[in-house]
Amino acid sequence: MPKVHDRGSWPNDDPIDHSEHEMEEWERKVDALSSVLGEKGLKNTDQLRRAIESLDLKTYESLSYYEKWTAAMETLLVEQGVMTTAEIDAKMSELERGQK
Amino acid sequence: MASSTTARYRPGDQVRIRVGTPPTHFRTPEYVQGKLGRIDTLYGAFKNPESLAYGGDGLPAQPLYRVEFAQTDLWQNYSGPATDTLLIDIYEHWLESI
Amino acid sequence: MAENGHNHGDNAEYYALRAEAIQALLVEKGVCSINDILSMADKLDSRSPKDGAKVLAHAWVDPAYKERLLADAESALLELGYDLPETAPRLTVLENTSEVHHMAVCTLCSCYPRAIIGRPPAWYKGLAYRSKVVVDPRGVLKEFGTELDESVQVRVIDSSADYRYLVLPTRPAGTEGMSEEELAKLITQESMIGVALALSPESVSTS
Repeated sequence: MPKVHDRGSWPNDDPIDHSEHEMEEWERKVDALSSVLGEKGLKNTDQLRRAIESLDLKTYESLSYYEKWTAAMETLLVEQGVMTTAEIDAKMSELERGQK
Repeated sequence: MASSTTARYRPGDQVRIRVGTPPTHFRTPEYVQGKLGRIDTLYGAFKNPESLAYGGDGLPAQPLYRVEFAQTDLWQNYSGPATDTLLIDIYEHWLESI
Repeated sequence: MAENGHNHGDNAEYYALRAEAIQALLVEKGVCSINDILSMADKLDSRSPKDGAKVLAHAWVDPAYKERLLADAESALLELGYDLPETAPRLTVLENTSEVHHMAVCTLCSCYPRAIIGRPPAWYKGLAYRSKVVVDPRGVLKEFGTELDESVQVRVIDSSADYRYLVLPTRPAGTEGMSEEELAKLITQESMIGVALALSPESVSTS
């Protein structure tokens, strides 16, 4: 069985969805963050690819493009000791409380 | 581009793509593995993504080639004309001489 | 289908917030500022298919420029004021003719000539296109409304490594005497990926 990301090796009969997805502001920021982390030496293209490829099949197929990028950047930042998962969880709760 | 590495193949050479599924990051899709192709272009040497993916320096650089395949060699049931081809960029350590 | 990013039900809210948390922590830790992220986003917004179309239309009217563009895309782009970032992947332009038709994909992820034509369309990143275009390119062309004669060789390019590919579409008939600016309007994003031909002059003038 090919790896999750190796789509040329996966049969697929789904029609191509031609509709364009208007980028949301959070996605635009995630897109930019990837380049910023690249400039800071905290990410290269192959590291990001590797982190995306390590998602399990169900996650790989169900997450949208920038959701996958977010998950992958978290992997790389945690792995390099820039932040911990617990810190991200705590910050998320804090932001959520602020929204209410 | 690092040009210090000597390339083993020249445009026009026939090559076979190595078969392998390392658990780690690599850039050679399964659908070309084991297939016969022809070197279309030699691009020079580039850092090895299999090292870069883990924060390595990517050295030694690997010669990178654009390899061309007859579609009918890739897919048993290819429905288009026999002249149709597929091009893909492959690093030298994934190529074998025939 | 979530694959093109249309599904914003279950995950989007979670990931949007998670991304915000990651950015807030990066700022707190002094890794980068929000302004770094926003100015990078502006920079990434600044490239669009219009840029590619401008360059390719110039190649249509200037055969010597076309030769330079096909031989060394980066230098030729620089001639027109497009200085690709040093960190950007290398670029190659592939020419479509009455005999050969190129179409580009990245089956392993979403490699795309962003440095000159901006972010890829959603379908380009989707699972269906990435799977189908290598095994059935002519079927995919039909899905985009593009019919090619059997005598035209189809060459699919799977951008898997350090190069990104931009397709120079065939100049349509009946475009003699059109200005470069008018010609650029015929060169669509789809035609620069190779899933479609350049527009006909009639289709533009009647719209």
